[in-house]
Amino acid sequence: MEPPHLFDGPAEVRAEAADGMSDATLAWAADAPLISHRSTWQEVWLRFRKDKFALVGLGAIVILILVAVLAPWIAPHDPTTQFNDGLTAKGQPVGSSAKFLLGTDDLGRDLLSRLMYGARVSLLIGVLANGFALVLGVIFGLTAGYFRGWVETVIMRATDVMMAFPIFLFALALSAAINKPSIWIVILVIGIVYWTPMTRVIHGEVLSIREKEFVDAARLTGCTNRRILFRHILPHLVAPIIVYTSLGIATTILFEASLSFIGLGVQPPTPSWGQMISEGQAYYLAAPHLIIYPGLAIMVTVLAFNLVGDGLRDSFDPQQRRR
Amino acid sequence: MKAVPQSAAPGGAAFMAGDYVVRIDGLKVHFPITSGIVIQHRIGAVRAVDGVSFDIRKGETLGLVGESGCGKSTTGRAILQLIKPTEGHVLYEGADLARLRGGALRRQRRKMQMIFQDPYASLNSRMTLADIVGEPLLVHKLRARNKRDERVRELLQLVGLNPNTLNRYPHEFSGGQRQRIGIARALAVEPNFIVCDEPISALDVSIRAQIINLLKELQGRFDLTYLFIAHDLSVVRHISDRVAVMYLGRIVELADNDKLYGEPMHPYTQALLSAVPIPDPEAEEQRRAVVLAGDVPSPADPPSGCHFHTRCPVAQEGLCDVQDPELREVRSDHWAACHLISADDYPHIRAGEREPDETALDGSTDDGAETDVSTGGVDW
Repeated sequence: MEPPHLFDGPAEVRAEAADGMSDATLAWAADAPLISHRSTWQEVWLRFRKDKFALVGLGAIVILILVAVLAPWIAPHDPTTQFNDGLTAKGQPVGSSAKFLLGTDDLGRDLLSRLMYGARVSLLIGVLANGFALVLGVIFGLTAGYFRGWVETVIMRATDVMMAFPIFLFALALSAAINKPSIWIVILVIGIVYWTPMTRVIHGEVLSIREKEFVDAARLTGCTNRRILFRHILPHLVAPIIVYTSLGIATTILFEASLSFIGLGVQPPTPSWGQMISEGQAYYLAAPHLIIYPGLAIMVTVLAFNLVGDGLRDSFDPQQRRR
Repeated sequence: MKAVPQSAAPGGAAFMAGDYVVRIDGLKVHFPITSGIVIQHRIGAVRAVDGVSFDIRKGETLGLVGESGCGKSTTGRAILQLIKPTEGHVLYEGADLARLRGGALRRQRRKMQMIFQDPYASLNSRMTLADIVGEPLLVHKLRARNKRDERVRELLQLVGLNPNTLNRYPHEFSGGQRQRIGIARALAVEPNFIVCDEPISALDVSIRAQIINLLKELQGRFDLTYLFIAHDLSVVRHISDRVAVMYLGRIVELADNDKLYGEPMHPYTQALLSAVPIPDPEAEEQRRAVVLAGDVPSPADPPSGCHFHTRCPVAQEGLCDVQDPELREVRSDHWAACHLISADDYPHIRAGEREPDETALDGSTDDGAETDVSTGGVDW
């Protein structure tokens, strides 16, 4: 028997099969209203909006972005001003007060304002560097896995070389070559470092998907290689891509701190979350709030991206049970 | 083996040009066996299809049968250029598909389609029916954007599905319904030739007849030509006009349905047909299957001469193991590749020469092509 959901029409269902076979499983209501065709993105949104956690994550990301963009207008203080009343008589950072909502750091600067300005750098790096790595990884992985042959050999051996190369040496060489620390170099370096594992993952997945019969069917249908790659194979890669990218965002935000430590990337006094944590480490006993608040900020960001990522992954998979 | 001469194409002279939809000539598909870790070098080849020639006539259903691994599916795929043939020609609408690539190939084979064996793997699980069935309309620009959904509904209705299911995904359908979706997709390009690659072997027995009847009905309605690949001899008999029997990459016999089933001439065909169970307990009791000795030789190292000589009960030393038998017209419109068929006689394999053992019969119940499991041995 047919599961009832196949009947989109009204209750009175007329059995009618193409060759006159009386076959109830193939019945449809002749006077049922015509259902219009929904696009893939409409389908994804229909499923996504039912996922409460993902919506919360999306809300958090929107708030974080608003804070970063509006920082100059909503931050209570200038992030680089060292306040005289921002340190105790002994030179210790002060805790929460009406003036400094989250206290001050070791140089007497307002922590809340620094967090708000830090969101600009950290979010930009987290999103753009990962986006860059993702685009490179997907393009190279798809190309290598689908076309095989010498293209595959060149791309995959190049990834091996990149993976074997020391990251910091590479970053140093690049910063020396450009000789002007900037956030864009950080994004470039992280993107170049992180595309290699993504390429490997995608390459492996494509190798198995390209052998599926629906790819042959698409080829017979007359699809070009580009259409097969992006319409037929890529949608099956959404899960690994999202898992890998949401992991990457946390790693990247912290990696930026290491890079600024060796003199690449944003320079003090411009704040970034990773940098605030590494500076605060020296005072973790006397003033734990110096690492707790930026740590929380990173955690919330990563959690938000993970929730949205999970929601997206489920929304792209039509076989996922709706919550 | 040398390429089969042009004249060996069955029916090449028997009927007028233009009568066929697809002409396959000397088709070979060899898969290289490579060795080496860094530098790969070729150490041999699996000769999946090794010189196959035949015509598929307009409006007919040509059955292609053989054991698992004999190259019948590879032949079907090579005709559609899903696997590039190593050698040979596939003539279709005045062009040799084997020589075409890229956009030219896509345009030329627009009216060729395939119905796949596995209705689960052959539909993209991330696409809705509207996208699956509508894609051919989009890529070949067969309908304007606003007419596409209408056509998809029409096609779904044609194969007996609810036209309002166009926003559904393949996993919401049963195996038989999925196969109907696959048929609707194939029909979307308005094809004239369809390769059916074991379209019912993955389906539940109770719905096989529905799909077969649907295929037959669509054939009559749209003037379709089928190449029907299967290992189930009774299904092939039911649907086909002519039947070709393959063994180890070559065609051993090709004839009308009635002639092939009524008077099989090639020793292999005779053995194959004797293994089909009879749905009558008394007759089945009397049936003696010809049990062939040994295993199918490896297609990577096929026997010399006639590929079948190692297992043939009537093979003649010095002839069958030396000379390649040509597929020739042994009777009117009855083609076979055997040295021992003469103008007035052909080898009769004596059924019951050996006791058919239990395993052989078991094997033949679900797979008519399974003629030998008697030795049960693996060729070490």
